[in-house]
Amino acid sequence: MLVSLKWLKDYVDIELTPEELAHKLTMAGLEVDEIKTIRPQFSGVVVARILSVERHPSADRLSLCSVSDGEQNYPVVCGAKNIAPGDIVPLAKVGAVIPGGYTIKPSVLRGEKSDGMLCSEAELEIGDDESGIMHLPADLPLGSPLETVLNIEDTVLDVNITPNRSDCLSMIGIAREVAAITGKKLKLPSIKIKESSEDINSLASVKIIDADLCPRYTARMIKNVKIVPSPVWMKARLEAAGLRAINNIVDITNFVMLEMGQPLHAFDFRFLEEGKIVVRKSRANEEFTSLDEKNRALPADTLLICDGVKPVAIAGIMGGLNSEVKEDTQIVLLESAYFNPPSIRRSSRKMAMSTDAAFRFERGIDPEGVVKALNRAAQLIADISGGHVCKNYIDEYPEKIPSAQDIPLRLDRIRRIIGTEISAKDVAVILRSIGMLVKRGGKGTYLVTPPTCRVDISREIDLIEEVIRLYGYDRVPVTLPAVAVTEMEVIPRLDMEERLRLLLTGSGYTEIVNYSLGTPQASDILCLPENDERRSPVRIKNPLGEDLSAMRTTIIYGLLETAKKNANNGSFDLKIFEIGRVFLNPSAAELPVEKNIIAGLLTGKMTDDFWDSKKTADFYTLKGCLENIFFDLKINNCRYISSSTEPFLHPGKSCGIYLNDEKIGFAGEVHPDVLGKIDLKNNLYVFEINLDILVAAYLKRNISCHEISKFPAVTRDAAFVIPDAMEADQMLNIVLGQEEDLLENVIIFDVYKGKEISEGKSLGLRFSYRAPDRTLTDLEANAVHDRIVQNTVNLTGAKIRT
Amino acid sequence: MINELKQLEKNALAELQTAETEDQFSNIRTRYLGRKGLLTGLLRNIAQVSDAEKPLFGKLCNELKNLLDAKIEEALQRQAIRNKEDILLKEKIDVTLPGNAIKCGRIHPVIQVRREICAIFASFGFSVVEGPEVELDYYNFEALNIPRDHPARDMQDTFYISDNVVLRTHTSPVQVRIMEKVRPPLRILSPGKVYRPDSDVSHTPMFHQIEGLLVDKGVSFGDLKGILTAFLKKIFGEGTILRFRPSFFPFTEPSAEVDIRCVMCGGRGCRVCGQSGWLEILGSGMVDPAVFQNVNYDFEEYTGFAFGLGLERIAMLKYGISDIRLFFENDIRFLKQF
Repeated sequence: MLVSLKWLKDYVDIELTPEELAHKLTMAGLEVDEIKTIRPQFSGVVVARILSVERHPSADRLSLCSVSDGEQNYPVVCGAKNIAPGDIVPLAKVGAVIPGGYTIKPSVLRGEKSDGMLCSEAELEIGDDESGIMHLPADLPLGSPLETVLNIEDTVLDVNITPNRSDCLSMIGIAREVAAITGKKLKLPSIKIKESSEDINSLASVKIIDADLCPRYTARMIKNVKIVPSPVWMKARLEAAGLRAINNIVDITNFVMLEMGQPLHAFDFRFLEEGKIVVRKSRANEEFTSLDEKNRALPADTLLICDGVKPVAIAGIMGGLNSEVKEDTQIVLLESAYFNPPSIRRSSRKMAMSTDAAFRFERGIDPEGVVKALNRAAQLIADISGGHVCKNYIDEYPEKIPSAQDIPLRLDRIRRIIGTEISAKDVAVILRSIGMLVKRGGKGTYLVTPPTCRVDISREIDLIEEVIRLYGYDRVPVTLPAVAVTEMEVIPRLDMEERLRLLLTGSGYTEIVNYSLGTPQASDILCLPENDERRSPVRIKNPLGEDLSAMRTTIIYGLLETAKKNANNGSFDLKIFEIGRVFLNPSAAELPVEKNIIAGLLTGKMTDDFWDSKKTADFYTLKGCLENIFFDLKINNCRYISSSTEPFLHPGKSCGIYLNDEKIGFAGEVHPDVLGKIDLKNNLYVFEINLDILVAAYLKRNISCHEISKFPAVTRDAAFVIPDAMEADQMLNIVLGQEEDLLENVIIFDVYKGKEISEGKSLGLRFSYRAPDRTLTDLEANAVHDRIVQNTVNLTGAKIRT
Repeated sequence: MINELKQLEKNALAELQTAETEDQFSNIRTRYLGRKGLLTGLLRNIAQVSDAEKPLFGKLCNELKNLLDAKIEEALQRQAIRNKEDILLKEKIDVTLPGNAIKCGRIHPVIQVRREICAIFASFGFSVVEGPEVELDYYNFEALNIPRDHPARDMQDTFYISDNVVLRTHTSPVQVRIMEKVRPPLRILSPGKVYRPDSDVSHTPMFHQIEGLLVDKGVSFGDLKGILTAFLKKIFGEGTILRFRPSFFPFTEPSAEVDIRCVMCGGRGCRVCGQSGWLEILGSGMVDPAVFQNVNYDFEEYTGFAFGLGLERIAMLKYGISDIRLFFENDIRFLKQF
């Protein structure tokens, strides 16, 4: 809400500077976002009288004027038509500066001397009228500076009104707050109407059909109005408030809306068929052309203002083109009504029409301010347009609009909420300062009736808020709660996530955060098959764009995009991870399943272009990272199963990750087809692990410990030539599956494929043997080693490589 | 004889002074202390010394022998050490070449801020809770006293999944879900992702919030000021100046916006604080009785306060970042700075 201080001073005296006032309003809950100063964009322009106007001898379109500023006469050449001797006009004298930074100089126009310029509103940026020279009131003293006589300088506060404070969507509402804060008196405009003898009831009628949506409709009729531009003072105020001046009648309805918070509408009465107003809901397939010349299909249950035949306005939102006030309007029917706030909000949202009127109606206007605003506008129309106000007004008020009365307020409750004592007297003073009626109730209780404009106040807590707000938040002493000691509940997964964060960052991975919303195309790029549940994401009905219209079903796609973006920036070497949720199964329940996931991506060189070593990421770099995770969490029984992979991974360089028999994730090289689709050349390695399953295993893990033998181990190596298809895991299972107590450990120290073996691959195993109670002799070690090797050969068909 | 001995001592010490190599020290030892050495020779001639001087002469000879022994031994040891160092120095490397270990990664700056805030509130006894990001309209709005067709819904533009399901616009619905299950006293913190359809330098469609809630008997607005003051001083520094000013949130009453003195300009007014000298940091207020009614808490018996803040905003202020979208670009060069 833009608040002109010059205007505000009509209703309350202000002795504070704009900055001080802004601070006080902010600290009372009316946050001032900005303080703007309005200054004239001209100087050296004075009030002058035209003494004579003659045709320019050599230019038909120009006139030769003689103009006086009271002291001196000036010859001025002028192109406008709307001037005559005796007119009072703004004269930019030689040396004057007009908007745009132009300085007026003595000149000669087509052979005639011109020492100045007569100005239009638009040229001075006082208004938009550029049709001709601005005409000033006849009683202004000649020669006085225009900015002084027009009182153009002003300060405007941009006040941020929270949705509960509909009462502050008006100048008087703000003034009421200012009066309360500064201890001044609120000055309301006096409304006196001279009525003509003609009774409105004999000329027009109002019928409300849907009283639940329109509990009150009032109207006045003004005859013999003359439609002209508004006076300068009114235009200045509307413009300070951010509205454009249109004509005197429309401007008055806007002015009163801004002054009192009650939206009004003026109909040209000659277009209201049967002289009737009917308030009803829209019918099926009804259409309507609103003032902005848009033809609109009206949604069902839109409240309409109709005449005897047709709709003439969308109630509370916008008038109709068919009944608007025009240049030749003579009889005006003025509407001031109360509409049901949720109904206005629904309609304005459905039709995407957020007007100043709808904004106020949907927040709730003062039900008892309806007639005041009607009379205020009628008075102004009579004063400004010279119209005659008909006798009486129509007030259809079928349903009393409830307003709060006698709300009990316990002083003790105030203390308990605020945490400090405010005296009974102070409470009453504060509440009365904003127009509340305060009566004594029972012991320690007040009965409070708020003014009807405070539609936000109906409960004790609402009153307490008013008390503390005006008492001052800064005066409430700081305390600390005396709370009971309670057991802290912890989410184990969060602890585990923290651990993973430290482990992964320590291993060189950087955490990223991607949007959980993304493109539904992701599943195509990832080549997910039709029946994959990740193909059916949760869809957003009103997305910002197609690329942000689906909740992610995997984190991998975001990682690929991140790799792509970084590659575009020249960062080809990347180790990144993300912890976040994926959203699955949108149809089964009302809410989707949210799974917690950790995922990572690895690509390029593992070190900077290093002088000492160069290693490029491969599958085993990735797997090493995963093994570290499981080692850190002490989860020992993870398996990597190559037969269970993902469509977007390289079929030969990927695996599913299993805990017991449950799949908890996958790891592998990104499929070359997918790389091609996102236009990346370097190999990418990715993994994803379900944290919900992992944390269950983490909580159940059993850390056991055995004594470390004091005696040395004996190691023996053996290389087995096995078929290519046979996996290392299989070999190890067979080796370790033999129940030999002395066998402590087996590691793979070599994998060889090449010239030296004609077929298959060679797997070099290093066996370590140890006894808990003695040093093994070579003989003992050889015996068990030979047995194991022989057995392994028998079980696998491997050949020993010598 | 004693004079000869004195001369011998002088000569020996002088030779030791100039000797450098192991060989030279061995030679000195042989020349003076060897079987045919000079000192040994002198001792052998002890018969020529008068009886009165004999004990003194014997003592002086022994002292000199011990002295020379010790000096030579010390010199030889020093020499041995020096030789070993010479060998090691030949292995000298360039210590200014860069080290070779895995370069650490970084935790995302927003997550770092989240950890910091959670740790501060953990020290006040708040525990972390979670809720769904795809949320029922009921929990996101209605239970928080934001009915349908209420203008307060304009405060938070919303992504809709269906008429009843939304992407949560704040982490406040979690407080309702927890209160439905747990009786007071309650001290909870709910961090997480939230969503609003907005995208510019200060808005992203997804961002992070932390919501806090404390409910017990006798909790007052003064307590709200106390906890939030302590928190803001911990995170922005002990000297932080702050103010509480009235505001409106449908689920709290009275409600307070908390501002801190602009960290960029110190209150003089700058672009970051919109010339006001203050920065809005968090929203807060006493839990509205209507919210308590929705979860069957007796609002006469219990009072409480709630607060919420945006993590990106805190991170932007802490690190001087002017475009919120940078947090989600995930440019590795950006992330490695934190």
